[in-house]
Amino acid sequence: MSVRLGLLALSGPALYATVSSAKKMENSDALHAPHYPWHFNKPLGTFDHAALRRGFEVYKQVCASCHGLSRVAFRNLVGVTHTAAEAKMLAEEIEFQDGPDENGDMFMRPGKLSDYFPEPYANENAARAANNGAYPPDLSLMTKARHNGSDYLFALLMGYCEPPGGVEIRDGLHYNPYFPGGAIGMARQLFDDMIEYDDGTPATSSQMAKDVTEFLSWAAEPEMTERKLMGLRAMVLMTFAAAATWYIKRHRWTVIKNRKVVYNPMMKN
Amino acid sequence: MKLSKRLSGLSHLSSALVESSLPANISYFWNFGSILGICLVIQIASGVVLAMHYTPHVDLAFISVEHIMRDVNLGWLIRYSHANGASFFFMFVYVHIARGLYFGSYTKPRVFVWSIGVIIFLIMMGTAFLGYVLPWGQMSFWAATVITNMLSAIPWIGQDFVQFVWGGFSVDNATLNRFFSLHYLLPFLLAGLVIMHILALHKHGSNNPMGFESHMDKTRLHDLFTVKDIHGFILFFLLFSFFVFFYPNVMGHPDNYIPANPLVTPAHIVPEWYFLPFYAILRSIPSKLGGVIAMIGAILILLALPFLHTAWVRSATFRPIHKFLFWIFVGNFLILGYLGGAPMEAPYTIVGVYSTVFYFSYFLIINPLVGIFENVMILLFSFRKRIKC
Repeated sequence: MSVRLGLLALSGPALYATVSSAKKMENSDALHAPHYPWHFNKPLGTFDHAALRRGFEVYKQVCASCHGLSRVAFRNLVGVTHTAAEAKMLAEEIEFQDGPDENGDMFMRPGKLSDYFPEPYANENAARAANNGAYPPDLSLMTKARHNGSDYLFALLMGYCEPPGGVEIRDGLHYNPYFPGGAIGMARQLFDDMIEYDDGTPATSSQMAKDVTEFLSWAAEPEMTERKLMGLRAMVLMTFAAAATWYIKRHRWTVIKNRKVVYNPMMKN
Repeated sequence: MKLSKRLSGLSHLSSALVESSLPANISYFWNFGSILGICLVIQIASGVVLAMHYTPHVDLAFISVEHIMRDVNLGWLIRYSHANGASFFFMFVYVHIARGLYFGSYTKPRVFVWSIGVIIFLIMMGTAFLGYVLPWGQMSFWAATVITNMLSAIPWIGQDFVQFVWGGFSVDNATLNRFFSLHYLLPFLLAGLVIMHILALHKHGSNNPMGFESHMDKTRLHDLFTVKDIHGFILFFLLFSFFVFFYPNVMGHPDNYIPANPLVTPAHIVPEWYFLPFYAILRSIPSKLGGVIAMIGAILILLALPFLHTAWVRSATFRPIHKFLFWIFVGNFLILGYLGGAPMEAPYTIVGVYSTVFYFSYFLIINPLVGIFENVMILLFSFRKRIKC
């Protein structure tokens, strides 16, 4: 039995190795992002809402000119980064096309809370034309769509450097060791003090990279806090239930477990 | 009149589920069957709710899944349960099958139970594959392309047959629609087969770790095994909750959060982790048709297992050589899983060939020969004993 249990215990890590091997083989030409101690990636970690608000500021002022955030609506910001009144004002800053009206014409109106974040380009071709042929991807799910997404994002934003000797980078591309292939269309975007935070936090490039990573992690998993809270409840409940059912099972089985099986041979020859 | 008297099938099922008795000595490894039943219930229940919010269209499928995750009340819980439920279904079905291999549950008189089980496993794999395509992410699309292309290996009709399956000249909207339809249909087929599996099992009762006839020492199912099964369910839900609530995406692939794009091929196309051992077998055979035959054969060979069983003794408890080789087989299966996710280069390819050869020779050569060897040893020992007397 102990051998069996031991092997079963071994098979767990082996299974994990199987799963993770499938992941590690990806993008082997890119440098692996270091593991950063993101508090929100810990089992019971939550988002820092002040950081989310700063991260939104970075997204709005730096990223939004090229990258969409199409799955996030202004209503999603309420109670997360902004109050309802602030989010409403943010939405109203942007004109959205609506209609048709009673004459059949489309018209422009100020944004509402129910509107989704505006797309920076009309379509992919327009985006490519404006960006030297590169297509800036939508960021709504970015941290879920990359291996160790938040680590990757931070490392990528901070990872711009001179290409090592012998590496030729085509015109219009930039060297970044964390990007698969090493040559990325996006130039370095974050520089110290390029924006000013509401709350007076010094806007160093690493501070902005960290804040925008947190904001985009929220954008990818807005349900995370609720999920972990419910998970904690489920785990506590199930642990107590497991203890109770284990006791009941043992209790019911005592009769069987304490039997004595006696073999009485009829006759010895 | 009692309902069960008016519906004779119902009384069969209720007697199989409630009134039957089971060997007193079966271990917790016999809990996996009932837990798999719970898995099927979770999948069907969460799947029916997901289908209420999902849109099977190439332009909307990905967005509708995100709509479920963000806007539907507890939609994330339903979807993560469904996605992780599939992984757990396979994890537990592998243990369930391994338990059958170890204790010889496939031998007479349970050949029919085992055969239905293999069919269930096959349909499960088909259903899981169809379901993986539905979110229409990059891995969905490319897995669908790679797997359906395997059908083109069929001689003569291959290419026509693939286009028939696609409903066009590539994986497209028609493919997504029919995959959704079939993904909704097959679980009910599975449920029917599961009922057959239970009824067929009831005919002769469960096997047990000793491998003796199950009528030797029986105890009632209710309440003894009811409380044991419920305890198993709770432990299952504990583990399940851990993944659903804290690590919901660990068993998935990040590329599936990128919308499907027929113009961009991912760097490595890998199937879901539970297909990796069979994917490794597919890739170990140099020819396309040979690979497909080997992969399907790797599952169908389980059907031949009862007829390849030569040992007089059923359970590994009393078969030390078989016990050792069984764990080698399990290790080899995990290695195949590792190789399925590895790139196609040395040393993975050559190890894959050896692992595939071992996989098949375990069933076709090693297992029968070990059985015969053990039988000879039994004969020799009993002979020696008789001389001593």
